[in-house]
Amino acid sequence: MHTESLSGQGVFPARNTEPRPEHPPEVPLAIHDLTVAYQRKPVLWDIELNIPEGKLVGIVGPNGAGKSTLLKACLDLVPRTSGWAHIYGVPYRKARHRVAYVPQRESVDWDFPVNALDVVAMGSYRRLGWFRRVNAAETKRAMEALDQVGIAHLAHRQISQLSGGQQQRVFLARALMQDADLYLMDEPFAAVDAATEQAIVDLLRRLSGEGKTCLVVHHDLATVTSYFDWIVLINMRVVAAGPTAETFTRDNLQKTYGGKLSLLEKAAEALRSTPR
Amino acid sequence: MPGLSEILEVLLLQNYNTRLVVLSTTLLGVAAGLVGSFLLLRKRSLMGDALSHATLPGIAIAFGVMVALGGEGKSLPALLLGATLSGVAGIATMLIIRHTTRLRDDVAMGFVLSVFFGVGVASLRMVQNLPNAAGLESFIYGKAASVVMSDFLLIALVAGVASLVCLIFLKEFLVLCFDDGYAAAQGWPTLFLDVLLLGLVTAVTVIGLQSVGLILVIAFLITPPTAARFWTDRLLPMLLISAVIGGVSGWLGASLSALTPQLPAGAVIVLVAAALFLVSMLFAPVRGVLPRLLNQAALRRKEDRQHFLRAAYEILEDQAGDAPVANRSFPYEALLPKRSWTPRQLRQILRVARREDHLEPTPPGRLRLSEPGFGEAARVTRNHRLWESYLIQYADVAPSHVDRDADMVEHILGAELVRELEAKLGGTLPGQTVPPSPHSSGER
Amino acid sequence: MWTSFDTWIVIVGMLCAVACALPGCFLVLRKMSMMGDAISHAVLPGLAIAFLVTGTRASVPMFLGAALAGLLTALFTQWIMRFGNVDRGAAMGIVFTTLFAIGLLLIRRAADHVDLDPGCVLYGAIELTPLDTVALGRFDIPRAALVNGGVLLANLIVLTLFYKEFKLSSFDPDLADTLGYSSQFLHYLLMTLVAVTTVAAFESVGSIIVIAMLVVPPATALLLTHRLLPMLLIASGAAILAAVAGHLGALVVPGWFGFESTTSSGMIALASGLIFLLAWLFSPDQGIVMRRFRAAPVPIDPLSNTNTDTA
Repeated sequence: MHTESLSGQGVFPARNTEPRPEHPPEVPLAIHDLTVAYQRKPVLWDIELNIPEGKLVGIVGPNGAGKSTLLKACLDLVPRTSGWAHIYGVPYRKARHRVAYVPQRESVDWDFPVNALDVVAMGSYRRLGWFRRVNAAETKRAMEALDQVGIAHLAHRQISQLSGGQQQRVFLARALMQDADLYLMDEPFAAVDAATEQAIVDLLRRLSGEGKTCLVVHHDLATVTSYFDWIVLINMRVVAAGPTAETFTRDNLQKTYGGKLSLLEKAAEALRSTPR
Repeated sequence: MPGLSEILEVLLLQNYNTRLVVLSTTLLGVAAGLVGSFLLLRKRSLMGDALSHATLPGIAIAFGVMVALGGEGKSLPALLLGATLSGVAGIATMLIIRHTTRLRDDVAMGFVLSVFFGVGVASLRMVQNLPNAAGLESFIYGKAASVVMSDFLLIALVAGVASLVCLIFLKEFLVLCFDDGYAAAQGWPTLFLDVLLLGLVTAVTVIGLQSVGLILVIAFLITPPTAARFWTDRLLPMLLISAVIGGVSGWLGASLSALTPQLPAGAVIVLVAAALFLVSMLFAPVRGVLPRLLNQAALRRKEDRQHFLRAAYEILEDQAGDAPVANRSFPYEALLPKRSWTPRQLRQILRVARREDHLEPTPPGRLRLSEPGFGEAARVTRNHRLWESYLIQYADVAPSHVDRDADMVEHILGAELVRELEAKLGGTLPGQTVPPSPHSSGER
Repeated sequence: MWTSFDTWIVIVGMLCAVACALPGCFLVLRKMSMMGDAISHAVLPGLAIAFLVTGTRASVPMFLGAALAGLLTALFTQWIMRFGNVDRGAAMGIVFTTLFAIGLLLIRRAADHVDLDPGCVLYGAIELTPLDTVALGRFDIPRAALVNGGVLLANLIVLTLFYKEFKLSSFDPDLADTLGYSSQFLHYLLMTLVAVTTVAAFESVGSIIVIAMLVVPPATALLLTHRLLPMLLIASGAAILAAVAGHLGALVVPGWFGFESTTSSGMIALASGLIFLLAWLFSPDQGIVMRRFRAAPVPIDPLSNTNTDTA
C-alpha cells in the first residue's frame, strides 16, 4: 500500500546521495544509511546491508515491513529520503545491465494486448536500445527463456489467458532474458501453484549455482529454511541478516514479527521439520 | 465599473434582478459540493463529465418532439426531463460496458461522452432550423441570467433534496466509497447506493445545465470537493467545506458576472472555484503543498542535527570501549562515513552545530562536542535507541507508530512505555545513561 | 447526390479519424481515455490568446497556442496529481474546466471585434473544409486534408519509431524505467501527439470527432483482438469506416425525420459508436451474442474464465 503512495511522492527531492564506495565492487548490493519515508513516517529506516555474491537470499518480514519498497528503492523506483544503494559498486543507473527485476504480478494489467512471447521479449529491450526492433535472434532467446521456465508451448497465448503460475513464469522468463548478475524478485511465490513454486525454486538454485545473486521477497516462513542460503529479516529496519541457519532463529523472528504467536509457532515447527 | 453600493447590493442579494440568479447558483454550488464529494471519494469524478455531455441529445430530442407535438418547444421542465433521460441512458451504457466487457471505467466514460455528445450535436443541428430553436445552444455554455422564478424554485427544490439525501445516506455512502467490496459483503445494497449516488449527480448536473452549462457544471462537481480534501482528513468536515466552497463559488461568481455584463456566469464561477482550489492546494494546513514542504524542510534540518549528534556519540562510544562514554575530541574522518552525507552537506551541518554551541573550537580535522552538545547527543541517542527498542519489542504494531524524529518518542509512546523500554535496555537514569543499541548485534 | 465535395469531406474525415485512433490506442491502454476530452476542451484559451496576441486567424500561431495549451493540460494534471495527491480524474477535471472557462472569458471579452465562435470549436465545420483549398501543383487540395494528412504522417512516424518503447511503458512503466526508458518522457511524448492531433483536427473538423476517435475505435479494436499491432490496424479500420458511414448518415438520416441537414462530425461520432456496438455484440471471443451462443454447448473455457476473474 505504501509503495503506491510513495511513487507519487516525488515532491520532496532526495538529497544528494552520490557514491562513496567503501565496499569492494564485487558486492552485488550494498546499502548504506537508506531511509525511505512517507512524510514523517519511515517505511525503511537507516538500512545498512551488504548482500554477498552468488547467494540465494530471502527477504523476510511481516506485511508492510517495507520489503517491496527495499527493492524499489534500490532500483530508483521510489524516491530515497537519504542514503544510497550500490550495485556492484556503482549506482543503479550505471548498472542497469547487471540487474533484472521481477515485480509483483499485480503490478501490471494482464489484459494488455500482448502475448507471452511479447512480454518475455521486453527483457531484451535494454540490449536493443532506442528505436531498434526485436530481431529474430532475440525472439529465439525469448523462446529459450520460455522453455527454461517450462511454458514454451504457451508462447503465443494472450497473457490474460494464462494462469497465475504461468504469468509468474512469464515474468521469470523475462528476467532471464535480461541476462543479469543480480536478480531482484518481488514475491514470486505469491499465489502460484505448487508445480510453479518448485519450478521457480529450481531455477533460482540454478542461477545461484552459476554465481548469480538472487534477492527474493518472501512471506512464507515455513519454506524459508529450505529455499534460501542467506536471509534478511526486515521490519522497517534490518533486524538481522546472515546465513539462514544462524539468522532464522526464534529470537530474531520475535524481533521481526512481534507477538504474533501463531506465526512463530509455525516457524518453529518449520525449523524442527527441516534440520540444516 | 460598478460602484461599491451596487456591488454590495448584488452580493447581499438585495438587487431584485440578480437575486434569483445568485441564489440559484449558490444553492447549486452547495448541492454539487456535497454530491461531488462522494463522487471524488469513489474515484469517479469524471463520471460527471461523461454524464453532463450525455444530456445533450436529450435536450435536442425533447425540443424536437415537443415541436412535433405542436408545442412551443422551449419549456424548461420538458427539456430537463429529456436531459435527465438521456443522462440516465448514458450512465446505463457506461455500467453495461463495464460489466459486460473487459474495458475499463475510463474507456466506458470516454465512449459515452463522445458518442452521446456527437449524437447531441447532430440532433441539435437537425432541430436548429425549427422555429424558436435559437438559444438551445446556451445549454452548452450556460446562461445564468435567464433564470426566472419557476426555474429558481425547481433548482432550489432539487438542490435541497439532493443535499438532504447526501446527509441522510452519509454513513452508507461512506462505506460504499471506502470499500465497495466490503460494503457488499456486509449486506449493504451497493448497487442501489451507486444508482442513488449517480441519480443525485444526474439531478445536480441537469439543474446546472441552464445556468452554468453542461461543460462547466463538471467543475462544480469536481473542484469544490477536491479543494476541500486539502483542509481535512475527515468526511463530515470535508462535506461541509466542500459545500461552502461550492456555495461561495456560485455566489461570488454569479455576482461578479452580474456586475460586469460581458462575463458569462458559468466561466466566472468556475474560475472562482479554481482560485479557491489553488489556494487550498497551496496553503491548506492539513494537506496543502507549502505547509507540507515547510514541515518537511524543518524535519530534515532537525533530522540532520540528530544524525550528527548521534553519529558523534557513537564515535565516542567506540573510543571509550568498555569505559563510560566521555566527551573527547575525535577526527572528522570518523564522522564522514557514519551516514550518506557528502562532505559539503556535513560541513553545513557542522556550521549549524557550531552556531547552536554544540561544538567547541578545535584544530582543523578534529571535532569536539561542547558540554551542552554532549548532553544533547546523549539524549538524542537514547531516544533513538528507544525507538529501536520499541521496534523490536513491539514489532507487530510498532512500524505504524514510529516517527523519523527521535524526540517524538516520549510524545508518541508516553512516559510509561518509555520507562518500560528503558528498563528492558538496562538504562535507569533517563537522559544520562544511554543504553547500548539493541540493533548493533544483528546489523553490522 | 454524391459530389466531389462529399469525397473530400470523407477523405478529411478519414485522415483525421485515423490520426486520432493511433495515439488513442495507447491512451486507452494507459487508462487515460479521458485525456483526449480534457485536452480538446482545454485548447480553447490557447486559441484565444494566440488570436488576441496576433490579431489574425492565421493558422500557425493558433496551432502553436492550442498545442501548448494541450500540453499544459497534461502537465498541470500531472502536477496536481503529484503535488496535491489528487486522483487523476479529479485533477484532469479541474484543469480542463478551468482552462475552458478562461478560454470562454477571453473569447467573450474579444467578442466585439472577433469572429471566434466557441461553437465552431466544438462542432467544427467539416462540411466547409473543401472550400478552403491550397494549390498543390495542378491540384487544389483542401487545407484540412493536408493538415490532417500531415499529422497522420507525423503520428505514424513517431509511433513506428517508438513502437517498442510505447508498448513497454504502457504495459509496465516500472520496467521501462528500470531498463532506462523514461516512462515520464514517453508519457509527455504521447501527450504531445494527442495535443497536436487534437488541435490539427478540430480547427477543421471540430473536437467531437477527436474525442470520439481517440477512444471509440481503440475500444472497438480491444474487443476484437488480443495483440497490439492488430489492435492499431483494427482501430484504424474502424475509424475509416466511421468516417465514411458517418458522412453518409449525415446525408441520409435527417431526411428520415423530415429535417434538412445535420453535421457530419456528430454523425461520425455516432457511426463509431454503432461500430463499437457491433463489435460488442458479435466479437468472436468477447461479444455478448457470441459468448451466449457458445456457452450453450460447452461451458466457457475454464482457464480463460478464471483468469479474467483474477486479473
